Amino acid sequence: MKSKKACYPYVVWMVLFVVVPMLMVVFFAFTDKSGNFTLQNLLGVGQYSNVFLRSIWLGAIATVICLVLGFPLAYLIARTGRKSQSIMVMLIMLPMWMNFLLRTYAWMTLLEDNGILNQLFEAIGLPKLQMINTAGAVVLGMVYNYLPFMILPIYSILTKMDSSVIEAAQDLGADRRQVFLKVTLPMSTPGIISGVTMVFVPAVSTFIISKMLGGGANLLIGDLIDMQFLGSAYNPNLGSAISLVLMVLILICMGIMNQFDDGEESNGGLMI
Amino acid sequence: MGKNWIQKRIAFLFSALMIASLCMVPASAEEDTEAAPDTGVTINVYNWGEYISNGVDGTLDVNAEFTKRTGIHVNYTTFDTNESLYSKLSGGGAEYDVIIPSDYMVSKLIGEDMLEKLDFDKIPNFKYIDDQFRNPAYDPENAYSVPYTWGVIGIFYNKNYVDASETTSWKVLWDPKYKGKILMFDNPRDSFGIAQKILGQSYNTTDANDWQAAANLLKQQKPLVQAYVMDQIFDKMDGGEAWLAPYYAGDAATLVENNPNIGFTIPTDEPTNSFVDAACIPKGSSHKEEAEAYINFLCDPEIAAANVSYIGYSTPESAAKELLPEETVENPIYYPPREIMDKAEVYVNLPEDTNMLLDTLWAEVKMGGPGESATLVAVLAAFLLLYIGIVIHKRRKRKRELQ
Amino acid sequence: MKVLSKIYCFFIYLFLYAPIVVLIVFSFNDSTTMSRSVWSGFSFKWYGQLFSDRLIMQALGNTILIAVVAAVVSTILGTAAAIGINSLKRWPRRLVMNITNLPMVNPEIVTGVSMMLLFVIAVRAMNTSLGIGSIMIAHITFCLPYVILSVKPKLSQMDPNLYEAALDLGYHPSQAFFKVVIPEIIPGIVTGMIMAFTLSIDDFIISYFTSGTTQTLPIYIYSMTRKRISPEINALSTLLFAIVLILLLIVNLRKEKENKEILQDEEEP
Repeated sequence: MKSKKACYPYVVWMVLFVVVPMLMVVFFAFTDKSGNFTLQNLLGVGQYSNVFLRSIWLGAIATVICLVLGFPLAYLIARTGRKSQSIMVMLIMLPMWMNFLLRTYAWMTLLEDNGILNQLFEAIGLPKLQMINTAGAVVLGMVYNYLPFMILPIYSILTKMDSSVIEAAQDLGADRRQVFLKVTLPMSTPGIISGVTMVFVPAVSTFIISKMLGGGANLLIGDLIDMQFLGSAYNPNLGSAISLVLMVLILICMGIMNQFDDGEESNGGLMI
Repeated sequence: MGKNWIQKRIAFLFSALMIASLCMVPASAEEDTEAAPDTGVTINVYNWGEYISNGVDGTLDVNAEFTKRTGIHVNYTTFDTNESLYSKLSGGGAEYDVIIPSDYMVSKLIGEDMLEKLDFDKIPNFKYIDDQFRNPAYDPENAYSVPYTWGVIGIFYNKNYVDASETTSWKVLWDPKYKGKILMFDNPRDSFGIAQKILGQSYNTTDANDWQAAANLLKQQKPLVQAYVMDQIFDKMDGGEAWLAPYYAGDAATLVENNPNIGFTIPTDEPTNSFVDAACIPKGSSHKEEAEAYINFLCDPEIAAANVSYIGYSTPESAAKELLPEETVENPIYYPPREIMDKAEVYVNLPEDTNMLLDTLWAEVKMGGPGESATLVAVLAAFLLLYIGIVIHKRRKRKRELQ
Repeated sequence: MKVLSKIYCFFIYLFLYAPIVVLIVFSFNDSTTMSRSVWSGFSFKWYGQLFSDRLIMQALGNTILIAVVAAVVSTILGTAAAIGINSLKRWPRRLVMNITNLPMVNPEIVTGVSMMLLFVIAVRAMNTSLGIGSIMIAHITFCLPYVILSVKPKLSQMDPNLYEAALDLGYHPSQAFFKVVIPEIIPGIVTGMIMAFTLSIDDFIISYFTSGTTQTLPIYIYSMTRKRISPEINALSTLLFAIVLILLLIVNLRKEKENKEILQDEEEP
């Protein structure tokens, strides 16, 4: 089947709507309002380094929690019977069908000072807790929204794993702990890596979760970008510069993650 | 007592008559002609959230009524700060026909040539606007804007926890007793304004030191603040989530009426801000005539009265005020006494560099102190080094394995 | 150990479903004040009001229209692209695949603002404004990679000689394509299309930056979160959620049935 031409419209489309916009971000980042070259925007990003640190920090915590919670679940699902397996996977994906803003808003209802959880605590005689508008609430929002992105790739790697390898290890005298640490875990790294990137990237760049659960005081990179484009401090040039730095940061992180992936180079791998 | 009752009774009858006579003309016209023919035109109206009577609980649905009378459809969307309106207008690629910014934003938009001059022949109802609201400082020739509502800023408090006598000063928002129960505006001008009045500054100072001092005061307040929000203030006060919050008087009146736990004070120890929100047509509107018809419609005293009685803000039209119930007109929250209004200060558009300073300081307040560029560079460099390190390590390992 | 893992699963699922239960329960709340956490009796009134709310219905209509267009266009473009990419040489193929990955790797907010920058300039040049058209273009763009990634594996699995064989047997190339190639890769195409549809329906961030004055459901919900969300929206999402649940159940039951039939067929002889 010789049909190279079939992908030309696609390539034109992607260049027009992906590559050109990216170049525009770069262009805006290096120019001022009247279009002259300047480094002022990029230097200006420096004063927001607190926000970058906080985003990376919270994003990293959320990713680690997702991994710690998600891996055992993926492992358990992969080892149950086929019939309940498909139901359990379906149940993981189902929440994603409810609008993400609404689910986050529902957490607001749960976490508020007079919210459902605190009402519950009060009923059983526990003291009320301040949960909403804290960094913890933001992390919780991230974990909640992105946990399925961690579970699903790990699960799919675990199901594809050849069970005879584990049997072989057991035959060679490895106990359960050794099998897990020396065989299962290393073989599931590709799943973990894609899970980690699929959680970390959106968590670092979110702006809704921090707005709704963080009370506007836990600013993240996403909020900062939103502020410059459609928010209270209109300055698309500075906004582009922040976006550019964020993009570079993510690319480096992806590069590091890809280095842990020892598997053969997949077709989809990025050239880094 | 008897006399008082009779007076009230007469006033009531009088106002009922007024409403009846004013409603008569359009009401009967409606019945005869039914709805106006569909023009197929849709105008984009961009207004503050919850800032129009929308037909809930038997109130007048202003937009639907407009469509019914004129055959012009309304695509109604909302914003929550003047600054985000400005962003959307200048870089959002959206085309609006009617916008309703506040005073200082109107003058900023005029200054940047972003508004159309209005054709007042198409807005005959402008005649109802009271003299004191004509030719305002933000639009000296009154060529670009028609006042929609006005109001002042005051303090919401929860009567169960806060005593009314405390709320006569903005300083109560800095009281450590209420840590975690205080809300603040999520827009720079209003938040800084409160700090500025505590410091005795003008809202419109161009002295960088003044702004820095106000920013420092806001930074001191930050640990006490539960959240920086806008429209949510309403909801959070209503649910008892927060006990103290500054807000616009109009919304306050509605909440105070519905929730017996909530009180509202306009501070008198320091001055407050008085504002006017005005309808304008942005440059590039493709339905200018229909937009003017909409603005004219909003100025119709009957519509204006229905509108303000729902949204709770004050109307700049005496004719509309007469249609409102007496207790509304006499309520100091809706129509504050002279001594407050005389002291109140209006925001004026700030020069470009002061605005830039304000944006930077505001971001600093919200994220706690300016960061060091070096930190960011260090983080990026650390990540990069880690990456390079891993790559080199793997190369070496591979070489060793090959040997 | 078994019990422990069951308890563990239970807590994770509780965590995932707690807010959804809250949402659904409060869609039946008979309150006048739209209160979020006070229960005041069971009622269907928000469901009744939902269908007479012009703004919500309009937003829902926009959302569905955009999702259908985005799913169809991205499936056609993406399937063609996957076939084309398969016959590219190694280097151009890697280049194209890297461009494909770009929108998936990039933070959504960056994709959103970058498109906004382009669209605003284009729109100014053409003297119009952002709207349903720009959202559609944006949605097609971020759906395309997902379609390609679900069609491509099916193409690589396909026996390349099949197409040649069909030609040898006297099929016209287009006939061969539609009668031989398409049936082979149809599962991938359907998966891609469903993915595109769901991604488009749920997207907020990219629509937020490219919508101009057009309201989609997520954008409308966002503008409500700034004040308070009407329980009408809870009612709408409960309905949508129920529809998805039923569809998934039907699909699963049918699969189960097929599996059983296959097993029976195998057992019979």
